[in-house]
Amino acid sequence: MVTPLSASPRPLPAGGDWPQLQRVRGVGPGFFCDTLNMSPTQWDFPVELCCRPMAFVTLTGLDVVYNAVHRAVWDAFCANRRADRVPISFKVLPGDHEYPKCRPKRTSYEWYIPKGILKTGWMNKHLNLVPALVVVFYELDWDEPQWKEKQSECATRVEIVRQSLQGRNTKVAVVLIQKKTPLPPGEDVIASERAAALCNACELSGKSLFVLPHTDHLVGYIIRLENAFYEHAQTYYYTEIRRVKSHKEFLNKTTHQLLFVRHQFKIAFFSELKQDTQNALKCLWIDDVWANRYLIVGICRLCFQHNTPLDAIAQFRKHIDLCKKKIGSAELSFEHAAWMSKQFQAFGDLFDEAIKLGLTAIQTQNPGFYYQQAAYYAQERKQLAKTLCNHDASVMYPNPDPLETQTGVLDFYGQRSWRQGILSFDLSDPEKEKVGILAVQLKERNVVHSEMIITLLSNAVAQFKKYKCPRMKSHLMVQMGEEYYYAKDYTKALKLLDYVMCDYRSEGWWTLLTSILTTALKCSYLMAQLKDYITYSLELLGRASTLKDDQKSRIEKNLINVLMNESPDPEPDCDILAVKTAQKLWADRVSLAGSNVFTIGVQDFVPFVQCKAKFHAPSFHVDVPVQFDIYLKADCPHPIRFSKLCVSFNNQEYNQFCIIEEATKASEVLENLTQGKMCLVPGKTRKLLFKFVAKTEDVGKKIEITSVDLVLGNETGRCVVLNWQGGGGDAASSQEALQAARSFKRRPKLPDNEVHWDSIIIQASTMIISRIPNISVHLRHEPPALTNEMYCLVVTVQSYEKTQIRDMKLTAGLKPGQDANLTQKTHVTLHGTELCDESYPALLTDIPAGDLNPGEQLEKTLYVRCGTVGSRMFLVYVSYLINTTVEEKEIVCKCHKKTHPKGVVLQTGESASECFCLRCPSVGNVEGGVATGHYIVSWKRTSAMENIPVISTVITLPHVIVENIPLHVNADLPSFGRVRESLPVKYHLQNKTNLVQDVEISVEPSDAFMFSGLKQIRLRVLPGTKQEMLYNFYPLMAGYQQLPSLNINLLRFPNFTNQLLRRFIPTSIFVKPQGRLVDDTSIAAA
Amino acid sequence: MAVCIAVIAKENYPLYIRSTPTENELKFHYMVHTSLDVVDEKISAMGKALVDQRELYLGLLYPTEDYKVYGYVTNSKVKFVMVVDSSNTALRDNEIRSMFRKLHNSYTDVMCNPFYNPGDRIQSRAFDNMVMSMMIQVC
Repeated sequence: MVTPLSASPRPLPAGGDWPQLQRVRGVGPGFFCDTLNMSPTQWDFPVELCCRPMAFVTLTGLDVVYNAVHRAVWDAFCANRRADRVPISFKVLPGDHEYPKCRPKRTSYEWYIPKGILKTGWMNKHLNLVPALVVVFYELDWDEPQWKEKQSECATRVEIVRQSLQGRNTKVAVVLIQKKTPLPPGEDVIASERAAALCNACELSGKSLFVLPHTDHLVGYIIRLENAFYEHAQTYYYTEIRRVKSHKEFLNKTTHQLLFVRHQFKIAFFSELKQDTQNALKCLWIDDVWANRYLIVGICRLCFQHNTPLDAIAQFRKHIDLCKKKIGSAELSFEHAAWMSKQFQAFGDLFDEAIKLGLTAIQTQNPGFYYQQAAYYAQERKQLAKTLCNHDASVMYPNPDPLETQTGVLDFYGQRSWRQGILSFDLSDPEKEKVGILAVQLKERNVVHSEMIITLLSNAVAQFKKYKCPRMKSHLMVQMGEEYYYAKDYTKALKLLDYVMCDYRSEGWWTLLTSILTTALKCSYLMAQLKDYITYSLELLGRASTLKDDQKSRIEKNLINVLMNESPDPEPDCDILAVKTAQKLWADRVSLAGSNVFTIGVQDFVPFVQCKAKFHAPSFHVDVPVQFDIYLKADCPHPIRFSKLCVSFNNQEYNQFCIIEEATKASEVLENLTQGKMCLVPGKTRKLLFKFVAKTEDVGKKIEITSVDLVLGNETGRCVVLNWQGGGGDAASSQEALQAARSFKRRPKLPDNEVHWDSIIIQASTMIISRIPNISVHLRHEPPALTNEMYCLVVTVQSYEKTQIRDMKLTAGLKPGQDANLTQKTHVTLHGTELCDESYPALLTDIPAGDLNPGEQLEKTLYVRCGTVGSRMFLVYVSYLINTTVEEKEIVCKCHKKTHPKGVVLQTGESASECFCLRCPSVGNVEGGVATGHYIVSWKRTSAMENIPVISTVITLPHVIVENIPLHVNADLPSFGRVRESLPVKYHLQNKTNLVQDVEISVEPSDAFMFSGLKQIRLRVLPGTKQEMLYNFYPLMAGYQQLPSLNINLLRFPNFTNQLLRRFIPTSIFVKPQGRLVDDTSIAAA
Repeated sequence: MAVCIAVIAKENYPLYIRSTPTENELKFHYMVHTSLDVVDEKISAMGKALVDQRELYLGLLYPTEDYKVYGYVTNSKVKFVMVVDSSNTALRDNEIRSMFRKLHNSYTDVMCNPFYNPGDRIQSRAFDNMVMSMMIQVC
């Protein structure tokens, strides 16, 4: 949404050109006595501190412009410098390049008083100017014919490089670019001889001479080369650290505090160049607030690099807590705020950078908080600058400029330019001090603070969006909007504020919404944005606004002015110049004609007029007028007039009946409070009644209120159309309705024609249903209906209407929606004389029945034939047309009446029975038994008319199974036994065949019984005779007991099994427990 | 001593906010509102097992330079938010917890009032007094 206005520091690419060192200004004896002053427009940290330093190596003797081979070598060094390659920054320089001079070594620090902690150019010098290693490239093959000449030329080149380094410890190496691939070491005798000679001539150790064959594997060779270079570079930085450390020994703790810090820092810096970040981190934490202002960035960067973000945060917090208190000079306190802001921003950047490299942040600890805090300090800076730098316009910028130094560059970090080279304990001349402060203040006055604040806020917004903080994001956007407002960019301000408003509205934070709306109203006033101005006014007057009544009065007055095509009064606390411009804009708006109607949909905000529509009933008969009320309520402090109210429906034909306008006498509005019906009194509920006659086509349809439009102002001035979708309600009303529904509160009684706003429930739709019929329908029949009978139903229609009924139609038959089988087995006809078949329908529809005069009656006979048993629902439906008048309008109504006879139950009543004896010829075993035939009944109701046909009903008789039984066995036994009482059982065996039967009988013992009688016997039963077997069972156990089982085996009929036998004789008996003996003693005891 | 105490409805609209009268009221409204981001996040984390369901205290929501914001959520998802001055080191977690417990008790009393309609803004003198006591008294 908002692009950052300045780029944040980022690590710089390797091998490329480094940006110019940021100019850092400042004067004064150093960090210890006063706050840092940098050029007010450049509060940035030294860029060198913000990026990861890399070893610096220069390459000489390469002609990358004209020599293709050299170009390829250089490209191999530069291209694809990914993280897996060693951290070196390369630069191509001519062989005779002049390196920065090395100052003569100090032999004693005794009389030396340092002027500052660190020279501004120092870090850049070691990153970009003084190399750790100079490499001399030279084209020379081992078999070179003119070897002597070439060797001495190479030595000369090395010598030139050495001279230009002038006593620095920088290492020198030589790389021979060769056309031929070298032989394996030791095989080429000439090569090793000549290499030794060359080293000697160039005064190089063997480790510093390299061969680069120009072959296919260039990149591989280059990587090996640069690894070797890296080792040399590390050795160099190591010696540098040793050198600095050796200086430290000469220092005096009291006079050389600055130097201690300087040396400590240098060691840290060289350690980092050496990629010894642990040591760097150890040396960087210097217990000095002012110095740490610079160093904290480096410290935190290293912590993030070591993947110890918590350390970074802790270090930063520790530093900030120290820093917060050291405000420095009061006149320049904005500088302190600026510093704080800058540090938070830098930390946010580092944090963000670390996240991009894989660190995970969380909702409550993400870079957004640091950007936000940076923004707050920037705001504080703005406030301070506003009060401290409000010099009169006549105050001139001091001449000569005390902020200018001769070189244009500061010698040391963090010093005031007018105190350059002066010691802390010698607090310079007060006049010079005053001029210097004035200069800084005047410069601060020109700073565009808002831009900085907005950039920081937008950075924070981006972060909070990422870390699921929608509300924080909204809050920051509000602040951005407000900052844009201060910066007089009202368009952007409004855009931002408008965007977040709905978040606060939907969550019901009215105080915050009001505050945002107030700023938005100012913006829209200053830009003379009519529609926005009106919208914000409407909401600020509404019930969601927490403004005081005097403010609301003022806004309402302005709104009325705007509606009357006049200019509103300016909003309070606006910039005077902006108000002047705005007044002109408003004057122009007034003179412009046209496009003065503003339609504002209220569903997205909370306007000061509320509306609810309510139909009197959920449905209306078509012959009565549809009535509904529109309730309106204003929440503004003063009464307000509206000029028009119109209601729209889904059927737009009704719209014309539901309009009230100021000019016309709206006859449709029945009830109204007499005084000014177009006037809304604050807090009072105004009810407006509307009615109209529904169209007969809409019978069975829903009539819905699609919108309610309330017009404020009129077309001669400006007019605002408030548009409610549906039956009213705005952004806040659903929650209010919910609260009202939950409430148990009893509302105080109001006069008859007033209602409580909360008690009104929106009813935005109603059904139109047909007129109530004024006829009676009777059904006469004699249930039950019988299967296949032509069952007679007589329908009688009696009219009670006052006018003639026309076009009466009858629908009768089976009620739809029952079992589908019933539909196929039920047939309806008007003619009872013939049996109806499958082709007849189950329901006869729209049987014309003609007209019917008032008081007359009509009879219709129907016959129903039901093919199956079961209950059925029948339906008789009569519809007719009739003319009627509603509200002096004649309409044709269609009426209908339904009747349902009770379920018709078939097959009940008396029964008659008939008995037949059947004898079955011996046919042996028949699968599925023997059919016994049909039974046919022909019948007719006694009440049925002559011409009703006789119905025959066929009943199929059941199948029976026939079996052959050679020996009949039955048992005589009592119905129960008793424990330990004898139980006599007699079995009768009867031979019903013509054969003599050989019978084997046995009785199996049982646990429950003892018995006497024949246990196993073989006997003969003659044809037609009986044999008896007597047993005496003696039950031992109570309960339902298995009898000792009787087994019979017929030798002639092996088919006669015991299973068959079990069907004739019982297998078990109930044995009662032994009765309690009447015991005299027990009775006496009882 | 708290500088701002707020009760937020389940639907995240304010039922009650009181801040020290000496400072910009709007600032605290924004602070309480933004803290709901963290409350929401913590509540949704609560849904996932592991966390003790009976623990109503949400702890420190987020620290700013000048204030600490603490949260507490009832079983019916009504939130209490308390803003404390960062410099006030006397208030430790335990004190904050007990303050929230007191607040909860007082809120329960408000809910028990048959004339109070849940979801309405809290307008109770007893509750007011209790909140005021927590804003003045140094625990």
